[in-house]
Amino acid sequence: MGEMKNVTYRVRLFDPNRDAAPHWESFAVPYVAGMTVLDGLWKIKELHAPGLAWRSSCRMGVCGSCGMLINGRPGLACNTQISELRSTAVAVAPLPNFAIIRDLVPDLAPMIARHQELKPYIVRDDVQERENPTGEFFQSAHELEQYLQFSYCIKCGCCMAACPTYATDPEYSGPMPLAQAHRYNADTRDGGFAARKTALGGEAGPWRCHYAGECSRVCPKGVDPAKAIQLMKRELVMDYLHLHKKRCPAKVAPKPSSPRREGIPEAPAKTV
Amino acid sequence: MRDQKLWTWHIAAGAVILVLLGMHMTVMHLDRLVHFAGLNPAGGHPVDWANVVERGKSAAFMVTYVLLLGAALFHGLYGLRNILLELNPPGILKKAIGAVLLIAGLGLFAFGTWAAVAGHALARTF
Repeated sequence: MGEMKNVTYRVRLFDPNRDAAPHWESFAVPYVAGMTVLDGLWKIKELHAPGLAWRSSCRMGVCGSCGMLINGRPGLACNTQISELRSTAVAVAPLPNFAIIRDLVPDLAPMIARHQELKPYIVRDDVQERENPTGEFFQSAHELEQYLQFSYCIKCGCCMAACPTYATDPEYSGPMPLAQAHRYNADTRDGGFAARKTALGGEAGPWRCHYAGECSRVCPKGVDPAKAIQLMKRELVMDYLHLHKKRCPAKVAPKPSSPRREGIPEAPAKTV
Repeated sequence: MRDQKLWTWHIAAGAVILVLLGMHMTVMHLDRLVHFAGLNPAGGHPVDWANVVERGKSAAFMVTYVLLLGAALFHGLYGLRNILLELNPPGILKKAIGAVLLIAGLGLFAFGTWAAVAGHALARTF
């Protein structure tokens, strides 16, 4: 790859105000070592197509905006180096399984709406403590591990684009919302299992998952949504059999009796 | 909530099939390795007429096969329903698929149960 001078981008373009259907266009982009797919798109915008549209923000695989189909595989443009592709041809298209707003911008609204329906937040009865916290909720390291990896999800939509079930069944919630519902169900601080069960126990729930595992394979953050879905199925089956472990949401951890532990240096004085 | 219930029964039916089909396979194909008293009373091959009649006299065998039939029908037809629903049919067709599979399942179960009971009654006359 060190000798590579140019890479050829094939970009799928679509402007709903102008085009009847998406079409491909090719652009030659000068290659620089360490260049990412996103860098190449900026170069295309600079040199060839100023109107090219895509979403991006952080450029470091954190915000999840730049999910797109890169050489047939969903991934983050900012997190994919051109050298990784082992080819001088880079085909870039919007994430499949979503409507296209323009060029490389997919309409993620249905995914976000489904995500919202499954209450992806801590649900507790003690509203007073939630609104005006007096301390932290107790959680052991082992309890944290039950959901930690699922909390790394950045909602980029790559898993939804790779899911063969979501491709054919728009009623299926899809891997991201389901994995996030499990992330909160598995959190000991949460008491919202019963509230989420209404949505999860129906047709949109995890039942349609075939365990193809593509969602886990493409996740740029190493989250395993397929595992979350299987764990959720187990949890719902146990619930139907009345074997689901009823747990009280974690209590507020008592504050340390002594105001300061010894050996901890004082914080520097405030500057603002 | 409905799918939570149906999926649980689907899994339970799978477990029942695993056990009962295992028993069926053992009786029919592993007779030389496993010798259970009363499963192959006349000796020879498990599907020899005399053995079939002897096993048919047992009410436990009849009940076992009716259970296996019920579990297999539910497991298979629920699986088929899920495959068909993934084709994303419109609402009315979705309901029709459910109704047709339910009627077919109940019909096949009634027919199979009748055959098992009739076979048991007939075997007892020999």
